[in-house]
Amino acid sequence: MSFLELNDLRVHFPTDDGLVKSVDGLTFKLERGKTLGIVGESGSGKSVTSLAILGLHKGGRAMISGEIWLDGEELVSASAEHVRTLRGKKMAMIFQDPLSAMHPYYTVGAQIVEAYRIHHHVSKAVARKHAIDMLGRVGIPQPERRIDSYPHEFSGGMRQRAMIAMALSCDPELLIADEPTTALDVTVQAQILDLMRDLQQEFNSALIIITHDLGVVAELSDDILVMYGGKCIEYGTAEDIFERPEHPYTWGLLGSMPRLDRARTERLMPIKGTPPSLINVPSGCAFHPRCAFEGRTGGKANTQVPELLETEGGHLVRCHLPREERRAIWENEIKPNLESV
Amino acid sequence: MVTYIIRRLIWGVVMLAIVSMTTFAIFFLVPRLAGATSDSLAARYVGRTANAEQVKIAAERLGFNDPLIVQYGRFAKGIVVGADYNYGPGVERCPAPCLGYSFLTRLPVWPDLLTRLPVTISLALGAAVIWLIAGVATGVVSALRRGSFFDRASMSIALAGVSLPIFFTGIVSLVLFSYGRPFAITAPGGSFTPFFTNPVQWAYSLLLPWITLAFLYAAGYARLTRSGMLETMNEDYIRTARAKGLTERVVVFKHGLRGALTPILTIFGLDLGLLMGGAVLTESTFSLPGIGKYAIDAITSQDLPKVMGVVLVTAFFVVLANLVVDLLYAVVDPRVRLT
Repeated sequence: MSFLELNDLRVHFPTDDGLVKSVDGLTFKLERGKTLGIVGESGSGKSVTSLAILGLHKGGRAMISGEIWLDGEELVSASAEHVRTLRGKKMAMIFQDPLSAMHPYYTVGAQIVEAYRIHHHVSKAVARKHAIDMLGRVGIPQPERRIDSYPHEFSGGMRQRAMIAMALSCDPELLIADEPTTALDVTVQAQILDLMRDLQQEFNSALIIITHDLGVVAELSDDILVMYGGKCIEYGTAEDIFERPEHPYTWGLLGSMPRLDRARTERLMPIKGTPPSLINVPSGCAFHPRCAFEGRTGGKANTQVPELLETEGGHLVRCHLPREERRAIWENEIKPNLESV
Repeated sequence: MVTYIIRRLIWGVVMLAIVSMTTFAIFFLVPRLAGATSDSLAARYVGRTANAEQVKIAAERLGFNDPLIVQYGRFAKGIVVGADYNYGPGVERCPAPCLGYSFLTRLPVWPDLLTRLPVTISLALGAAVIWLIAGVATGVVSALRRGSFFDRASMSIALAGVSLPIFFTGIVSLVLFSYGRPFAITAPGGSFTPFFTNPVQWAYSLLLPWITLAFLYAAGYARLTRSGMLETMNEDYIRTARAKGLTERVVVFKHGLRGALTPILTIFGLDLGLLMGGAVLTESTFSLPGIGKYAIDAITSQDLPKVMGVVLVTAFFVVLANLVVDLLYAVVDPRVRLT
């Protein structure tokens, strides 16, 4: 069994307007030392998935089914109290906007010390030493002085480093980073991504990176999972996704990446339309209202929900288009446009 | 920080000067505009039996014939260095801070206020402790169990608490809980006993007024805490706290309540400052000899110097409370810079 395994995970929220199927049957595996990138638009279920793994939906209104296996333990059926003891120690999370994700009234040091002392029965002085050590390891200069600063006294990049230090303070074996670089400017983004890669190798932890930015996962991921409307629509190695993508939505994501090597007018090829409603999910394939190739599915697009099927070597795609047709479209219609100068 | 405090203190003094001018104008300028003469003002000091000659002499001695600005100057000077009053029988020394001389009792106002201040402070502080604990606790539980029976019930009671006036709740509590009544929780006697004379008797004598006054305020604090908690518990940093593996109790009290308490602190300081000038309705309902009762008595007997004294003391406490709250705010919220 893999270190982390999700088996048909479903997270549904009952609301006044109907049942919101935020995550609807998600399955994947992740080993220690490996990185999985989960990609999708806002509302595709990425963040809900990560919160479900951490057990942060427990006690709320969410209805969760399926299985989450972490290191041989099933977490969906585990007690909230047990999952709490794993949180922060065995699995930790880095949040998107470190300014709002850190408590404004406590110093950075106090927040790291707190995270460490929940899981280690040590004195405040020992924990403080550890916190200074962690801040130094994530590249914060003069950590013994900066530890007593408040989050608002840090720059955006420094705050994200502090956030990473806090998440890593208990050597978690699973680290989930939810849009870790979205709130940062581009040069700092690269530094933070480098830092996360180095630390992951050092700690040999499993890493899940959640993002809407394919550029981020391209840097770090071994495997990539593309989510749409709460479902996995394509899964494969980073090479599969970037070299041989087979789902029209993935093509759209690749086309939406700003690239300087394309002619100015063609740099962006946005996906038309808006993300689907999670209450009234489109019939058949959830993506069909936005799909340019919907007409080539032989009328199945809006009647049947496509299965997630393996095309080759662990590369999974959820699409009605025949495989040969998908390959042909990618090679002849999509790829040349992406690469044209 | 130090320059901030100095600047705020100077502004406080300016505020008090403006308040004193305004009250002085209301009590000495407005009557004149309405046709009062210096003689009719002096008549209040010498009593109704005096003849016209005596009144004229008193008016001259009390300085009512001087221009108003000179009279105000004398009043302001009295606050700072004290003043001598001579309304007939002889010169009387009114030591600083001299807030004027009562028309009726012929005694300086300030010592009167000093004897009444302990009553008002006892009432305000005791009630504050009760309403703070009860209000915040109710608000926290309501927020955490939003929509539950407890939430609905306590918020309905809170609405009643905010809406019902003291002279209603006070009388209801007197009927139900005072000595000799079905649910008596007070000792016989009921009048105020100083804390240092007998602490138990002190608490007994104040229990009903405390509860009545606290009910009014607790209601507001419960609603405020509830909305504050609902807001902070949705903050990203609460999710972070949970993600660290903190127990829910620590998440709620150390992270959630800490954020929600800041606005409550502000309002608490201001409420307390205002109450130092007397809880007028509570004190008169329960016949407590505090500053509020003093003010009511002064107004009904038209003893203007007493009223002015109460207004100035209240203004002083409000200005002081504002300063203290602003300083505390910087302590509580590290993002606040005092400049």
